[in-house]
Amino acid sequence: MTTVAPPASAGPTPPTPPTGRRGRRPGRRRRPRSGAGRDVAGLGALRGAAFVLPALGTVGVFLLFPALWTIYIGITDYRLTGEQARHPEVVGAANYTRALDDPLFGNSLWITLLFVLGSAVIGQNVLGFALAWLLRRAAGWLRRTVEALVLLAWILPSTVVAYLWITVLDRGDGTLNALAGTGGTAWLLTYPVASLVVFNTWRGTAFSMLLYSSALAAVPPSQLETARMVGASGWQTVRDVVFPHIRGHVLTNTLLITLWTANDFTPFLLTAGGPDHRSEVLPVFVYRTALEGAGDLGYASAISLLLLLANLVVALLYVRLLRARGVDGGADGGVDGGADGGAGRSAGRGVDGGAGRSAGRGVAT
Amino acid sequence: MRRTLATTLLAPGLAVAVAGLAASGCLGQSEETSSGQNAGAKDVTLTVTANAVAGGKNAASAEWMDKYVIPGFVAQQRAKGVNATVKFEGNGGADEQYKTKIALDLKTGGGADIVNLDGIWVGEFADADYLRPLVEVAGPDVDKWDGWRQIPDAVQDLGRFSDQRYAVPNGTDGRVLYFNKTLFAQAGLPADWQPASWDEVLATAEKLRALPGVIPIQVNGGTPMGEATTMQGVLPMLVGTGAEIYSDGKWQGATPNLTTVLQTYQRIYGGGLGDPLLQQEAKGRDKSFQLFSENKIGILLESDYLWRGVLEPAKGVAKMADRNAAVGWAKIPAFTQGGGVRGQDFVSMSGGGVTAINPHTKYPQQAWELLQFMNSADAIKAQLAGQARITQRKDVNSEVLSGDPLLSFIAEEVLPLTAYRPGLAQYPQVSAALQQATADVVGGKAVADAARAYQEALVKIVGEDRVATG
Repeated sequence: MTTVAPPASAGPTPPTPPTGRRGRRPGRRRRPRSGAGRDVAGLGALRGAAFVLPALGTVGVFLLFPALWTIYIGITDYRLTGEQARHPEVVGAANYTRALDDPLFGNSLWITLLFVLGSAVIGQNVLGFALAWLLRRAAGWLRRTVEALVLLAWILPSTVVAYLWITVLDRGDGTLNALAGTGGTAWLLTYPVASLVVFNTWRGTAFSMLLYSSALAAVPPSQLETARMVGASGWQTVRDVVFPHIRGHVLTNTLLITLWTANDFTPFLLTAGGPDHRSEVLPVFVYRTALEGAGDLGYASAISLLLLLANLVVALLYVRLLRARGVDGGADGGVDGGADGGAGRSAGRGVDGGAGRSAGRGVAT
Repeated sequence: MRRTLATTLLAPGLAVAVAGLAASGCLGQSEETSSGQNAGAKDVTLTVTANAVAGGKNAASAEWMDKYVIPGFVAQQRAKGVNATVKFEGNGGADEQYKTKIALDLKTGGGADIVNLDGIWVGEFADADYLRPLVEVAGPDVDKWDGWRQIPDAVQDLGRFSDQRYAVPNGTDGRVLYFNKTLFAQAGLPADWQPASWDEVLATAEKLRALPGVIPIQVNGGTPMGEATTMQGVLPMLVGTGAEIYSDGKWQGATPNLTTVLQTYQRIYGGGLGDPLLQQEAKGRDKSFQLFSENKIGILLESDYLWRGVLEPAKGVAKMADRNAAVGWAKIPAFTQGGGVRGQDFVSMSGGGVTAINPHTKYPQQAWELLQFMNSADAIKAQLAGQARITQRKDVNSEVLSGDPLLSFIAEEVLPLTAYRPGLAQYPQVSAALQQATADVVGGKAVADAARAYQEALVKIVGEDRVATG
C-alpha cells in the first residue's frame, strides 16, 4: 500500500519548483512514523522552519495566491475592457449559474470529455501499451528507432508540431489529402474533434509507452514463460499474466494523461476552438471567453474553477480505484523516470498549472 | 497524514496569499501620473506599438516608423539638446489578438508610450480607464495643436469619446464590392459592373458559378474573422436595409432588417455561391485574400485595405501583379433602390485607426510631441511613399488621392454615403453577437433560430429596454 503513494505523487510534482518538492517530502514521510518530537537533522524547529519557508512562500505566491485570486475574480463581473474593468462588482454565484445554462459551456464540457476519452484514456493508453508490448523483444535498433520517433513527437515544441499538423491536414495542398487522394477535404473543419484526438494520441503516446515499457520489465519472465508453455494466446497472456502486475501503472498512467489532456491548450494552435466552437475544449473556452472578443474575465475565472474541480473529482476517483484494487507497486523507477521526462510537455504544463498539481497532491495524501 | 500536510502547507500559504491580495489592492485600480512630469528631461525613451511589422502585416507602416519617424524625431529632439531614443514594437497578429495584447499592457500600467488602436476600441478602453483624454495626459496645449483643423469632424469622431479627444485619428476607410475583371470577362459580365440591389449581386454571382474552381462571392461571416465580419458583412448589408445597428438609443434586435441580412448570408453560403468552410477557418480572411489574388474569388466585399495593403503589387501581403487591370470595384447597393439608410441607393461603412498616448507614460510631453510629429503633413506624405490612403489630413488628401483610382473613388463617391459604428463601450460585445449570428447561419442553422439566439444574447448585453425589435 504505502509503496504506491510515492510514485503517484512524484508523477505530477515536477512542475513545482525543486525547492518546494524537497521541502515537502521529508515532513510528509516522517511525521506519521516518528511524531513531531524527533529532530533527525538537528536543526531545531525554528531553523527547520526557516529552511522550509522559501518553499512555502513559492507555493503560496505561485499556486495558492493565483487559485484564490481566480475564485475572487470568479464572483465578480470583471472584464478586460469597458466600465467593468475599472469598477468590477461582486455578482455572487451569477457566473456559475450562467455557466449551467450556457450551451457553449455544455458543448465545451462534452468536447473535453470526447477529447480526453478518445486521445488519452483510449488512444495514448492503448497505443502506448501496444508499442511497449510489441517492442519489448524487438531488436535493439528497431526498438530504439521507434522509441526515438515516438519521443520526438512528444518533445518537439507545440507550436512547431501544430504548424506541421496544419500543413498535413490542410484543405488545399495538405499532405494527407495528397497521400489519401481525398483532395479538398478540410479535416480540421469537417472532423475537428477526430483530428484533435488523432493529433493528441500521436503527440502524447510517448509517455504511456515509456511507462509501460518499465512496467513490463517488472512482470516476472517465469510467469510469461509458463503462460507460453500452457499455450496461452497473446491476448490471454496480456489479460491474465501481464495486466494483474501492471494494474497500478495503468491507473497511474491514466490519471496523469487524463489530467494533462483535460488541461491541454495545444488544440488552440490547431483549430482555435473552431469551426463555430466545435473543437472548443475547456481550456480553449476559458481562453476565448477571457481574452478574445468579449473579454469576460469574471465568467472565465468561474469556468476555470469548475475545470479545477472536475480535475479533483477525476483524481479522487482514480485514487479510490487504486485503493480498492489493492495493487502492488514495485515500479518506482519506471514511473519516476517517465514522469520527470514529462516536464518537457510544456504546452500541457502552461495551462495545466494549478489544476494538475493540486490533483496530484490529492493522490499523494 | 492528510491534516498534517494540510496545516503545514495551507496556513503559511494562505498568509502569503492574503498578503498578496492586500498588496495588490482591489481589481481595476490604477495610479495617477501628471502631464508635466519629466517635461525637461534630457534623456527620453519612447516606445511606439502598432499592429504592423516589417516584412509582414502593414509592412509599410512599420517601415515608415523605422525609416522616417524614428530618425526624424530623434533629429528634431537633438536640435533641442534632448537625447531621444524611440523604439518601435511591431505586431503581426489578428486584430483581436492585438487588441487583447494592448488591453493587457494598458491594464497593468505597462506597454508602449504611444499605442495605435482601432477607433472603435476607444470607448471601451476609455471606460476601463486604460486611456485618458489627451488634455489630461499631455496638458491643455493639446487642444491648441493646429493639426486638428486639418482633420474633418467625422474623422475626428474616431478618436473621440463622450465629447473628449482620446486619440489622433490615422485616417479613414470605405468599403466596396471588389470584383475580378478577368473572371467577369470569362463569364461574359461587364467590366464596369455596378449592381443596383443585392438581388442583382447574387444574380451576377450565379453567373460566375459556371467558372470551374471559382468561388462566385465571398462576404465575411462567422466568428474567426472577428470585427471583419461585422464591418465587411453585417453592417454594410444592414445599412442597405435602411437601419443602423444603433439609433435613437436602441440597438437592432431580431428585426426584419437583421433577418434580411441573415437571409442574404444564407442565400450566399447555403446556396453554394460562397464557400462556407472558408468562413469557419481560423485563417479564413487571409485565405480569402490569397484566393482573390489568385483569380479564385469573383466578388469580395472588402475595405480599401484590400486594394492598398493586400493586393498591392509591391508590398501587399497577397500581391497581385495585374491588380490595376484586373480588379474592379462597385458601390455596395441597398437592398432596394432608395431603401438604404437615409434613403440612399448605395451604402458603405467606415472606420479607421487612431493613435493614443499611454496614460502611464513617463514622458507625456515628449509623447505628445512625437504624436504631433507623426501626424504632421510631411510625416503622412512620407508614410504614403507613393501609395495612397485616405489620411486624416485634408491638406494631404487633396494632394495624394488623385493619383489612385480606387481611393479617389472612395473619397469622392463612397465617403459621402458612408456610416460609422457607434462609439459605445458595448459595441464590441454587440459586434461579437452579430458575428455569432452569421456563424450560425453559415454553419447551417435556420435564419429564424440564429436571429432568436442573437436577440437573446443582445438582451443580455444591453438590457431589454434598449433593444429595438420592430
